[in-house]
Amino acid sequence: MTTAEANKNLVQPAGGIPAPGDKSNSTIISSSPYHGLWALTNRELKKWYKNPVILLLSLIQPVLWLGLFGKAMNFGAIFTDGAFSIPGLNIPKEIINQLGTMLMLNVFGTTDYFSFLAVGMLSFIVLFTAMFSGMSIVWDRRLGTLNKVMSTPVARGSIVMSKILSSVIRSLVQASIILVLAVLLGMNISNITAIGVLGTFASLALLSFGFSAIFLMLALRSTNQNTQMAVVNLLNLPLLFGSNALFPASFMPEWLQAFVKINPISYATDIGRQMLLGAGGMGTLAFDFAYLTAFAAAFSIVGIMLSWRLLSK
Amino acid sequence: MFNLTNVVMEMNGEMDANGGRRTIMQIRDLKKVFNGTVVAVDGVTFDVYEGEIFGFLGPNGAGKTTTISMLTTLLRPTSGTATVCGFDILKEPNEVRKRIGVVPQEYTADEDLTGYENIMFCADLYGIPRRISRERADELLRLVELEVAKDRKVETYSGGMRRRLELACGLINHPRVLFLDEPTLGLDVQTRAAVWQYIRKLKEEYGMTLFLTTHYLEEADALCDRIAIIDHGKIVKIGSPKELKDSLGGDVIELGVQESDDDLTPLISSVQHVKEVKRVSPSEYRIKSELGEVTAPMVIDALRSKGYRVNKISLTRPTLDQVYLELTGKSIREENGDRTQAMRQRMIMRRARR
Repeated sequence: MTTAEANKNLVQPAGGIPAPGDKSNSTIISSSPYHGLWALTNRELKKWYKNPVILLLSLIQPVLWLGLFGKAMNFGAIFTDGAFSIPGLNIPKEIINQLGTMLMLNVFGTTDYFSFLAVGMLSFIVLFTAMFSGMSIVWDRRLGTLNKVMSTPVARGSIVMSKILSSVIRSLVQASIILVLAVLLGMNISNITAIGVLGTFASLALLSFGFSAIFLMLALRSTNQNTQMAVVNLLNLPLLFGSNALFPASFMPEWLQAFVKINPISYATDIGRQMLLGAGGMGTLAFDFAYLTAFAAAFSIVGIMLSWRLLSK
Repeated sequence: MFNLTNVVMEMNGEMDANGGRRTIMQIRDLKKVFNGTVVAVDGVTFDVYEGEIFGFLGPNGAGKTTTISMLTTLLRPTSGTATVCGFDILKEPNEVRKRIGVVPQEYTADEDLTGYENIMFCADLYGIPRRISRERADELLRLVELEVAKDRKVETYSGGMRRRLELACGLINHPRVLFLDEPTLGLDVQTRAAVWQYIRKLKEEYGMTLFLTTHYLEEADALCDRIAIIDHGKIVKIGSPKELKDSLGGDVIELGVQESDDDLTPLISSVQHVKEVKRVSPSEYRIKSELGEVTAPMVIDALRSKGYRVNKISLTRPTLDQVYLELTGKSIREENGDRTQAMRQRMIMRRARR
C-alpha cells in the first residue's frame, strides 16, 4: 500500500466518521449539486432588496423614457381633429381621424404610441438589468469573495447560474413595476388578459436569461469594472435602437431590419405587443417563443461551460 | 526488546517515517508558471503533519499565496502533485474542498449583510442543513467573540472583528485543515495577538491542522510548529523555529575581560558547548555556542578559576530575522512586492482600519 492510499483510508474516515479530535458531530455535506445555488442567488437578491435606493434609481431611467419619449412623441395627435389640413382640399375631420387611426394601426399595431413604447420599455429594463449582471462577478473577483466561494464544494456552474437567476428575478420585478406605472400613466389596457401578462413575463424571463448569460460570460475573466462599464455602454444603445422596442422595424432601412430580425429584444417586445395590446406582430407567438427559448438555452449552456474553464485558472 | 510502536506503525500504515506523525498534506514538486514565463512557485516539496501549525514564511511575491491557491484548488498547478486529506487536488478537488476551510487574505464577508447572515451563507455553500448550521454558527460566533455584534451589518465592523468573522466562516464546515493567508495583515499589535490566541485555541480544541502564510517573522516564531521559508518560489529551509535558529550556530556571547596580553581563546574554547571563539579586541571576545544561557556562566567560572575577571557579558539569541537574512540574503522588512500586490495590500489595510 502506498503512503497516499494509506492516508486516504485513515485520514479520511469512511462515511463521514468524525476525525479524532473533531469534538462535534461529523461534517455533514449535502450531495445535491444545487446546494449552493439558492444561497448564492439569495445573497445577490438580499443586497438588492435591502438597498431600495438602487431599485429606485434603476427604475428612473425607463420611467423617464416612458414619460418624456412616450408622451412627447405623440404620433397619434398628428392626425386627429384638424391637426393638419391640406390647402385647397376640404377633407372632413372624420376622414382624417380615420386615416390617422389606420396609419397608426398599420405602423405601430396600436392606436397610441405610448402603449407601443410601454411594452418596449419592459424589454429595455430587462436588457439594462442583465447588462449589469456581469458587474457583480467582477466585484466578487476583486474583493476575493469569488475565491472564497470557489474554495467551497459549490458547483462552478451554480456560481454563474446564481448570477443569472438573480438577474432574471430582479428584471421581472422591475418590469412589473414599469408595467404598473405605464398603466397608471395611460397605457391602453382594453386587451389585457391574465394569460397575456403571464406570457409577456415568460418572454421577458427568457430574454433576461440569455442576456444575463452573455454579459456574465464577458465578465468571467475580467478584473476591471471599467472595462465592463465600457462594454455595457458600447452595446446598450445599438441593441435598443436595433430592435423594435422604440420604433417599428418597418420604418427602418433594410440592413437595420435584418439586425432587428436577429435581435432577441425584438421577439420579446413582439410577444408583449401581441399579448398585452392585441397588436399584430412580426412573427407568430410560437416562433417568437421558440426563438427566445433557443437564445436563453444556448447562452446559459455556453455560460456554464465557460465557467468550468474560465473560473479556475 | 519488542517494539510496540513499530508494530502499530506497520499495522496501520498511518505513521509517517518522520517522527511518527501522520501526514495530512503531501506536496510533491508543485510548480506554477503564469503566462508561460513568470515562475511563481518553482517545484516545492514538503509534508504537513496532522495537528500542527505549519507556517509559510517569505517576502511578498515569494509564491506563498500561489501555493495556498493551488492547495485550496483555486489554481491548477502547471506541474507536480499534492494531496490534501488524502485526496489529489487535481483529481478530486471537490473532496478536498469539503474538508478544508479557507481564510483568505482579503475581507470577503459581505458588507451589506450581518455577521450572522454571512456565516449562514458560508454554511449554505457547504450544503450544511439549517438545523446544524444554526447551532454551529452560534458556537463559532461565541468562539470568536462576535455574539454581540452578530446582527450588525459587517460594514460597521472593525478590522479585527472582520478578521474574526472570516475565521468563523472558514470553520463552518469543521475542516480538517484550515488555510490562513496572511491572517493578521493590516491589524494592530493587540488585535494581532488576539487573532494568534484564536488560532492557538483552534489547534488545541479541534485538533485542527493549520497552514498559514505570513511575512511577519514574529508571527511565524510565536505560532508555528514548523516553518518553511520560501523565496523566489523555492523552499530554502524547513524546520521548527528552534531548529532554524539553531542552524545559525547557536547563541552569541560577547565577553569583556580585564585587558591583558594573554590570548584566552584556547581557554574559552575548552568550555563545553562553545563552538567558536573570536578575539575581537585585546579585551573582548565573541563566542558562538549552543545553550548560551548555560554556557555563559560556565565560561565565567572557567575564566575566574584561572584568575581572569569578566567585567562585561551579553547574550544574544538568534532570531528568525537572522535566519531569514542568512537564507535569503535580505532583510524581510525591506522587501517590496510588485505594485499590484502592494496596492492590494493597501486596499486590505484600508478596509481593516475602518
